[in-house]
Amino acid sequence: MVQAESKTLGRYEPVIGLEVHVQLATRSKLFCPCPAQFGAEPNLNTCPVCLGLPGSLPVLNQEALRMAVKAGLALNCRVAERFKFDRKNYFYPDLPKAYQISQFNKPVNGRGFLTVELKDGPKKIGITRAHLEEDAGKLLHEGVKDGSLVDYNRAGVPLLEIVSEPEIFTTEEAYQYLTTLKAILQYLEVSDCDMEKGSLRCDANISIRPRGEKKLGTKVEIKNMNSFRAVERALQFEIERQTGVLTEGGRLTQETRLWNESRGETFSMRSKEYAHDYRYFPEPDLVPFTLSRAEVEAIRRTLPELPNERIQRLVKDYGISEYDSARLVQEKAVAEYYEASVKEGVSAKLAANWILSELLGHLKEAGTAIQGSKVSAQSLAGLIRLIENNTISGKIAKDVLPEMLATGKSAEAVVKEKGLVQVTDVKLIETVVLKIIQANPKGVEDFRSGKKQAAGFLVGQVMKETQGKANPKLVNEILEKKLAK
Amino acid sequence: MLKESIRLAAREGAERIIESLTQRVREVDSRVNAYVQFDPKKIQRSQTKGPLAGVPVSVKDNICTRGWETTCASKILEGFIPPYDATVVEKLRQAGATIFGKCNMDEFAFGSSCETSAYGPTRNPWDLNRVPGGSSGGSAAAVAAGEAVAALGSDTGGSIRLPAAFCGVVGLKPTYGRVSRYGLVAFGSSFDQIGPITKTVEDSALLMNVIAGHDERDSTSADLPVPDYTKALGRGVKGLRIGLPREFFVKGLDPEIEKSVREAARIYQKMGAVIKEVNLPHTKYSVAVYYIVAVAEASSNLGRFDGVQYGFRAAHGNLRDLYFETRDQGFGEEAKRRILLGTFVLSAGYYEAYYLKGQKVRTLIREDYTKAFDEVDLLLTPVSPTPPFKLGEKLTDPLTMYLSDIFTISVNLAGVPAMALPSGFTKSGLPIGMQLIARPFQEETIFQAAHAYEQETKWFKQNPKL
Amino acid sequence: MPFEIEQIAELARLSLKPEEKAKLKKDLESILAYVDELKKVDTEKVEPTSHVLNLENIFRKDEVRPSSVRDETLKHAPSREGNFFKVPKVIDQE
Repeated sequence: MVQAESKTLGRYEPVIGLEVHVQLATRSKLFCPCPAQFGAEPNLNTCPVCLGLPGSLPVLNQEALRMAVKAGLALNCRVAERFKFDRKNYFYPDLPKAYQISQFNKPVNGRGFLTVELKDGPKKIGITRAHLEEDAGKLLHEGVKDGSLVDYNRAGVPLLEIVSEPEIFTTEEAYQYLTTLKAILQYLEVSDCDMEKGSLRCDANISIRPRGEKKLGTKVEIKNMNSFRAVERALQFEIERQTGVLTEGGRLTQETRLWNESRGETFSMRSKEYAHDYRYFPEPDLVPFTLSRAEVEAIRRTLPELPNERIQRLVKDYGISEYDSARLVQEKAVAEYYEASVKEGVSAKLAANWILSELLGHLKEAGTAIQGSKVSAQSLAGLIRLIENNTISGKIAKDVLPEMLATGKSAEAVVKEKGLVQVTDVKLIETVVLKIIQANPKGVEDFRSGKKQAAGFLVGQVMKETQGKANPKLVNEILEKKLAK
Repeated sequence: MLKESIRLAAREGAERIIESLTQRVREVDSRVNAYVQFDPKKIQRSQTKGPLAGVPVSVKDNICTRGWETTCASKILEGFIPPYDATVVEKLRQAGATIFGKCNMDEFAFGSSCETSAYGPTRNPWDLNRVPGGSSGGSAAAVAAGEAVAALGSDTGGSIRLPAAFCGVVGLKPTYGRVSRYGLVAFGSSFDQIGPITKTVEDSALLMNVIAGHDERDSTSADLPVPDYTKALGRGVKGLRIGLPREFFVKGLDPEIEKSVREAARIYQKMGAVIKEVNLPHTKYSVAVYYIVAVAEASSNLGRFDGVQYGFRAAHGNLRDLYFETRDQGFGEEAKRRILLGTFVLSAGYYEAYYLKGQKVRTLIREDYTKAFDEVDLLLTPVSPTPPFKLGEKLTDPLTMYLSDIFTISVNLAGVPAMALPSGFTKSGLPIGMQLIARPFQEETIFQAAHAYEQETKWFKQNPKL
Repeated sequence: MPFEIEQIAELARLSLKPEEKAKLKKDLESILAYVDELKKVDTEKVEPTSHVLNLENIFRKDEVRPSSVRDETLKHAPSREGNFFKVPKVIDQE
């Protein structure tokens, strides 16, 4: 078991379970033919069924079920032979029928697990269930003076709720669980898992207990976390808060707390707690469902290569490290991009480095997804090729890339326009080297007295003089030759 | 009557029928109160050529009609104008019917007397001091009083059959899944069925031909071909095995009713049917099961009436008030009683003892029917233990009211089809009904036997004097 | 058995008047007493019935069919603002 590392911990151990809701990427909603897309005019994507108008009835979207089973299989779940839907009854203005059609005791996907890669090796985290349910509408509060507004476009959109076992013991495990889960779902193309659009949402249950204790402590539910980092921070905050309470001899209350991102803390909802009694019962408007083993196997055959498989394949095929491979594979689009660039015939290792340490950084800064990058995989390969054939140095290339990203021009075009072609003219470099030696007697002396780092300084000066265009290998050679004299 | 109206309308259009019907409503409905919504200006004459030829059909007010208020006779749905038609209404329109008016009912179909309507009780056309039965009391009274050619009702525990019996008309509760529930405001989703209420058995078959059939918008709709039900008429009953369930002829059954039903059995025998006694041993539990399971479903189905999107919204301060006040002021007493009961039987700690137990006994009741139908083709029973009772007589004692449905409820628990049809009159001139119950999807057998009896007895020729 | 009417009314979102409460409580207790006769039935080996038809696997294809009910529904809404339904301020997130 991986132990949490925290200053405040010590005697206590956190136990974490995660509940993830992902919107399935169907065209229509779970129980009606309304478009499931995000971003329509308020209440436009509604019909009597998803508005819950009296008399309307649900009919299950077959594709949503297929996607749920795909996800279940990829998460090693036991896919049920028989399952049904239940009503979860509660009142809230975003819930048009005052019940949510969900799955209570016979979910489509039962026990499963997923494997996360941690610093000290892989770990299996159990999955309790992954069931289908309908989403609720959306409430708007901001900018409304005397009330809240309701938009039911999202009501009835298919969700898969994936519940983990309380087998997560550190914030790092929680983070890895989420990124791994997201990668799997994206690879399956069952959800875009975009947290900003709300197509992936995560709630956490956390309790702490004295180390060695088997019984779980008082459970606190945390909601309102808008990124995986926020989940990690909120959990860390809770671990410290709960440990603090117990260390001071206090008692924890079972409650729901909301994460406040800007303040970096959780706070109790303190709303009037209605006794939660959801009064689940079998949904009489939907019939039971069966899945033959043959049908399940047929769906299994449609599973694409999953992230873990791809990580191994990239290591094997391209000779990159497992660490780099995992980082490339995490986002399917990045892995696709990587493989497309390697296909252009450039070094697989260079391509990996350029994507991981340069391209993704720039894109993140600009808030662009790799799919939206103005530099295509082919175009990035063009840049790498210029490095490989010594047209430009790696250092110059680092300046070329942002220009390519900004303009969409090819590496060749940028290099040509800006006159960035690498200087390999020995005569020219010699002239600059001599000039630098003359101007820096102290540096020369240091070098001769055995201070190796002085060489770096002198090389740097030469590069500066040539605006970075001199071939660094040649500069080194010529400098050493001249200084040895 | 529907058949005659279709003939007439096919010949000269439906205008004269609509006019004379409108006239009749003006004459008698202030006394009967069969309609919650009737406005000659709103009647849109059908432009569609179809088997119903423009003939007006009335619809219970829990069936959605686009552009017409659909209130379920509840204050909470005041002003709810559905933006869509129920499948049955769509089918009626496609068949060329004209939707004539919306019929009164017990609020949300909760009742056996049609007294719990927010729009005042409907009265029995045979005796205005008596109830027409519920919950489709408006539909049945309208047909009986000549204010409707034919009507649609809905039946969750007897809501078509009891008023049909009390008003001396024909009411069919089809097999669960035979008629689409899409657009029927749900009460007990696993029980509810829409069915025709008509003057004659043939009219019932004509209307069933239009409304029955598979609907892809209703997951519980059966994908089976719909026969021409009128073909079953005139087949006679020779060799048909008809069972009399012993549990239906027990203490508490009015002697006049018992006599009437036994007389019907004798007539059937005379016509060549084989009569035998059968057992439905769990019948005595049916009311208890129903008031757990159907009411649990109802409590959930009625959650959506909260004043957020449509219908009545009470004056309120905050969100909590919006819910609590809207629902408190919007629902009548019986609705509240059932919502509370249904909420209770599903609540934590009671689910197994009540709801699950109810579902299990429901299985036993279904099995009773399966076994009985191994022996017979049809069951013949009374519809109600008593003739129509007086207004207010049972209103204060809900349990007594619930027991009025003792002979109709088990049919909904089993999902089988059943028809109530006139079988005579009490000495004081009140209608008596009898019930024919068949195997699932064997409505034809009911039509066959009901028609044979009706032709022999011709009770339908008698009309209330209003 | 006493019927906890306050608690159940809270779950059902009904604010009952005191006199109504007493009457309903009494009614419900007598109904529950009647319903209790089910306890006599042996159901140990009986499966519950949720559906009377043996229908299974009823689906629809994943096809979009836009509906046009929004404007008609909003037109009759108790309260709206633009194309939204409107309710009193929802304070908490639960």
